[in-house]
Amino acid sequence: MSKTVRRRLFLLSAAVVAVAFFWACLGLPGFGTARHPYGSRAVDTGVDQRTANVVSSINFDQRAFDTLGEESILFAAVLGAVVLLRRARDERREEPRPGRVLPPTRLLGLVLLPITLLVGVYIVAHGQLSPGGGFQGGVILAVGLHLAYVAADYRVLCRIRPLWLLGTLDAVGAGAFTALGLAGLLTGAAYLENFLPLGTFGRLSSGGLVPLINAAVGLEVGSGVIVLVAQFLDQAVETASPADRPRKPEVS
Amino acid sequence: MTVLPFLAAGWIFLAGVYGMVTSHNLVHAVGCLSVAQSSTYVLLLAVGYRSGATAPVFSDLPTGSPVVDPVVQALALTDVVVGATLTALLLSLVIQIRKRSGTVDPEALTGLKG
Repeated sequence: MSKTVRRRLFLLSAAVVAVAFFWACLGLPGFGTARHPYGSRAVDTGVDQRTANVVSSINFDQRAFDTLGEESILFAAVLGAVVLLRRARDERREEPRPGRVLPPTRLLGLVLLPITLLVGVYIVAHGQLSPGGGFQGGVILAVGLHLAYVAADYRVLCRIRPLWLLGTLDAVGAGAFTALGLAGLLTGAAYLENFLPLGTFGRLSSGGLVPLINAAVGLEVGSGVIVLVAQFLDQAVETASPADRPRKPEVS
Repeated sequence: MTVLPFLAAGWIFLAGVYGMVTSHNLVHAVGCLSVAQSSTYVLLLAVGYRSGATAPVFSDLPTGSPVVDPVVQALALTDVVVGATLTALLLSLVIQIRKRSGTVDPEALTGLKG
């Protein structure tokens, strides 16, 4: 298909989509409407379950089974990236060259690394109280660790990032979520039903199962993202692939 | 005009799809897919908005005060997670394509290789 034909086809279909979408928008409840039947019920249930952050209550209590699927998608994607980016037979490992880092960058990284990791743990632990939770905190933890790469060196990052351990923790986090659901079955509740004592509203220990699932998700997301980024860094820093060398004319 | 936020979501979606259609670089195409996907965040949050309401977090808010719809916010979180993992997976596919065929231009990728 030539470029002009493709562009015209897009413009035609975009026009159809635009008209249909506009028409559909006119039928939606108005922007900022006060009537949110699902939202109001979810807020009431979240407060009943003594989870101050209602979004966390939905994710890890009211719709926890849905989040289990979401977390499995993340696990499968990490697995897929590891398989896709494994070192092929025609590739060899190159020794990463140490890079030069300016002293202020090094200092900033040194100061920020523990602060970022602490913030990550805080966000995971306070998922039931304030905006945040396992997914957000896990990503902060994973990204914070990579300050070592920016501020120091690839080899330093490799030393503080044992991939075999993080891969195991990823699986443990994913398994812990499933196991927490099964624990409910043992007590006679439904799968992933909040069977623990709910605690006092607004306290760190409130929400019953929510902080535990948050911790499992934080563990899984944190280690999963580190493993994921490690695959890309490995491609960029360590792997010498035949595609990077000048290509020989192909014999056919 | 009360439909404007919804229309903004539609506009972002079409802009992303336009980028994918005219893309000459698979990394750029993956970026455009993310743009198209981010329109769903705007649409979800626009659907859940309530005039004069605040975030559905009651840590420092009396219970019963008006808050925006938390259900769509939870959906947006799912959306973000799935979008990020999808981008990672697609980018690793792009790396493989670059290795096996030496190009990331979708126009230059013709024919199947065994």
